[in-house]
Amino acid sequence: MKSVSEPLGTDAASHTNWVPLLDTAAKEVFELMMGCQLTPSPSTDDANLDVTSMVGLAGQLCGVLSVRCDGKAAALMTSKMLGVPLYKVGPEVSDAVGEICNMVAGNFKNKIVGLAEGCMLSPPTVITGSDYNLHSLSDFPALEVRMLFESMPIVISLEIHT
Amino acid sequence: MAIRALIVDDSSVMRKIVERSLRQAGIDLSEVFQAGNGAEALGVLKDCQVDIILCDINMPVMDGLEFIKKLPGVENAKGVPVVMITTEGSESHVVQALSCGARGYIRKPFTPEQVKDHVIPVLAGKS
Repeated sequence: MKSVSEPLGTDAASHTNWVPLLDTAAKEVFELMMGCQLTPSPSTDDANLDVTSMVGLAGQLCGVLSVRCDGKAAALMTSKMLGVPLYKVGPEVSDAVGEICNMVAGNFKNKIVGLAEGCMLSPPTVITGSDYNLHSLSDFPALEVRMLFESMPIVISLEIHT
Repeated sequence: MAIRALIVDDSSVMRKIVERSLRQAGIDLSEVFQAGNGAEALGVLKDCQVDIILCDINMPVMDGLEFIKKLPGVENAKGVPVVMITTEGSESHVVQALSCGARGYIRKPFTPEQVKDHVIPVLAGKS
């Protein structure tokens, strides 16, 4: 895994510098666990992203990291992680996308000096369906990375609370 | 030689991935036992003998570090090597795990090659 260490800053500008780390953290998870390359996505359409996995961060950095995709992408991720055909993928999809979110969050925090030690991760939570509003107490704009997984959009966001 | 493995992780998907990675690493598994947390794993070890334990750290009920601290008191776990597989990547977690008796430490995400590189020396008694 690429080792990129950034100091732990507290302002919005330093958080913006974390976007490439979030991008790298996600790419490494997909490459190592699924053998897939994530590519940049030009799309800003979130309407069909009906699977949301979330992991909370607490400690020196507080917030929520989420991974959103559609059901077809979630099933394909599960298929690739488990090495089973797509048609054999069943109820383990939620567990799989939760683990992906957990690994992206863990990989991300391990790239920032001080966070690996000082930030704990919650167990993942997975929401299916897109008809919901998420109200965050975040006091910074969310860091967001939009990518394509096998031509399907995924959005990785980090909401930061201070 | 075929080995018996105990995989401890609160994610059933991750347990399957670890098992698959062991097989992809060329490790001949005669039996694979699974547990969702440390307490369940202790229950498995009451009845079953294993050759290696692969264990997550962050789990409900009983986490991986608490689990390995209890292993010296478990008859079926005496001398059984433990390799941690976890998203926790800090130096302090590694040191803590090793001081509790773990013989290896794999960070998630991982490849089958990384599993092979960590597990085979442990099985051979070289780590």
